[in-house]
Amino acid sequence: MAEPLLDIRGLKTWFKTDDGMVRAVDGVDLHIDRGETLGVVGESGCGKTVTARSVLKLIDMPPGRFEAGQILWQGRDLIPLSMDEMDKIRAKEIAIIFQEPMTSLNPVYTVGDQIAEVIALHQKLSRRQAIAGAAEMLRLVDIPNPERRVHDYPHQFSGGMRQRVMIAMALSCQPKLLIADEPTTALDVTIQAQILELMQEMKERFGMAIMLITHAMGVVAETCQRVTVMYAGNVVEEASVEALFGNPRHPYTQGLIRSIPRVDRSAEKKQRLEAIAGTVPNLLDPPPGCRFAARCKFAMDVCSQGLPPLKEVGPGHYVRCVL
Amino acid sequence: MQVHRVSRQYVIRKLLIMIPSLLGISVVLFSLLALAPGDPFDELATNPAVPPEVRAALRAKFGLDDPVWMRYWHWLIALLQGDWGFSFVSRMDVSTLIMQRLPVTLIVIGASQILAIAIAIPVGVLAATRPYSLFDQVANTFAFIGFSLPTFFTGLVLILVFSIQLDWLPFVYRADIAATGWAFYWEHIKQSIMPVTVLGLFQGAALVRFVRSSVLDVIRLDYVTTARSKGIGERKVITRHVVRTALIPVVTLVALQMPIVFSGAIVTEQIFRVPGIGSLLISSMLANDTPVVMGVTFVSACLVVIFNLIADILYGWLDPRIAFR
Repeated sequence: MAEPLLDIRGLKTWFKTDDGMVRAVDGVDLHIDRGETLGVVGESGCGKTVTARSVLKLIDMPPGRFEAGQILWQGRDLIPLSMDEMDKIRAKEIAIIFQEPMTSLNPVYTVGDQIAEVIALHQKLSRRQAIAGAAEMLRLVDIPNPERRVHDYPHQFSGGMRQRVMIAMALSCQPKLLIADEPTTALDVTIQAQILELMQEMKERFGMAIMLITHAMGVVAETCQRVTVMYAGNVVEEASVEALFGNPRHPYTQGLIRSIPRVDRSAEKKQRLEAIAGTVPNLLDPPPGCRFAARCKFAMDVCSQGLPPLKEVGPGHYVRCVL
Repeated sequence: MQVHRVSRQYVIRKLLIMIPSLLGISVVLFSLLALAPGDPFDELATNPAVPPEVRAALRAKFGLDDPVWMRYWHWLIALLQGDWGFSFVSRMDVSTLIMQRLPVTLIVIGASQILAIAIAIPVGVLAATRPYSLFDQVANTFAFIGFSLPTFFTGLVLILVFSIQLDWLPFVYRADIAATGWAFYWEHIKQSIMPVTVLGLFQGAALVRFVRSSVLDVIRLDYVTTARSKGIGERKVITRHVVRTALIPVVTLVALQMPIVFSGAIVTEQIFRVPGIGSLLISSMLANDTPVVMGVTFVSACLVVIFNLIADILYGWLDPRIAFR
């Protein structure tokens, strides 16, 4: 098999706090192939965002630090790179969009300036050419009147439109990988669908890979080819979308899938929506064994004795569970 | 990067608001002075060489026995015609007196503000980008000491060290320097160093802490992470995306502090004997020279109002979200 585009191996990103080390990401393995969409799912605080930001080294250090692991970008480890070297990869090869379109754009510059800043830098263009390029990008993401809107400020755009601007900015240098960190969480449901559709369209146009971070299983089912499920800083399951939804092996994944609201089921049986009981373990001092054991219906003695390895249960289907 | 244009309407609106505020200020100043005890003709009254009828004629000429509102009205009409009144003590036009003194004060205050900003912005930004580092701690400590020490104390210490012990700098500011050419400027610079330093460091110390906290507020915002993800380099992230936004409240603070700076300058002018507007104010107050007191306080009020206007315009210029409203 060809070398993956991005290959994260045993990544540990820890944060030093007054109370001790928070093991936000504690041994994550995941990979993304060229042109595929990988969903990274898990509940709040499971380390998805830290993993995503680690790839671009957007973690504040201190308090954060890479404790162990490798982030192989086309075979080259990014962790030892200097910030100057990272700046050649940021936006140009790997771009990122964030959860909050309302605050992700600088309020004092026009959106055109902010997009042009990237274009001018990485494509060595003049400001005038870059602004024209920015308008072109706005047209691509379906913002009406791009030539005029390019001179508007972020506060003159709605949330959905700002996320389109963010996508335009992220794609302006045609990166090979787009990291989308909960890009639709802050948006209305109708706008969510539009943004996901736009991302799909852009992916087909530019042929990039997407790492889609989300906690919405429905979004994953619609847009991804493969899924990595994270829990408390670990990867607990990795599979193709079909395998994951058809045959979820980890009790946590099963719980996640059961907690998707289903109109057909709940209406007939008046069933309550199933939730996973308990809370995420404290990452200051994680339990020695499986981190999900305390909330797991099938927990056995062996579960608390050591972290189970990721084992292959089907082609490309890995699960971190003794079952 | 393109700078956004402030609409002309916005500036005109702000200019129009200035008129009622200046009128109000002048009414308050005038009434306060009218209520204050003391009479510019006290001295004449006790002087046996001046006959009572001459005194009465003088009082009538200057309208001193008119009711307050009438005196204010005369003052205002004269002011609008460019007549600021006449000093009883110096026997000169108030406007001439003020124009003699104002440039010195403006130069000292202007230079000290420039010094304060020139120190505060780089130090505050550096401290905020490395919070709790050694640099940050040292900067914070000095800032704390700086604004805890009053200017009359630091001024005296500087005089003791640089004028008396080392004899490097003059401690009396003279307006009548006999030299010409470069020597003239050099003397002026030498005598300005201490007052400018004292005022500038005092202002700068408070500003450092303000700039630091303002930058810290901005540096954690999402759009700074966005800027980092663009690969433009940390230096540009800080200067273009952090400092630019963080300076908006700093501009307001600097402008709103102008009244405090002026009153601080009065003290500093006394210490270094700077012949500025502050020392003119104090000497004319002691001499009950009300037209001069009125003129000086009104000029200060105008300057404060103008600085507020400048702050408003800068604010609208720096923050596109303001002027559009």
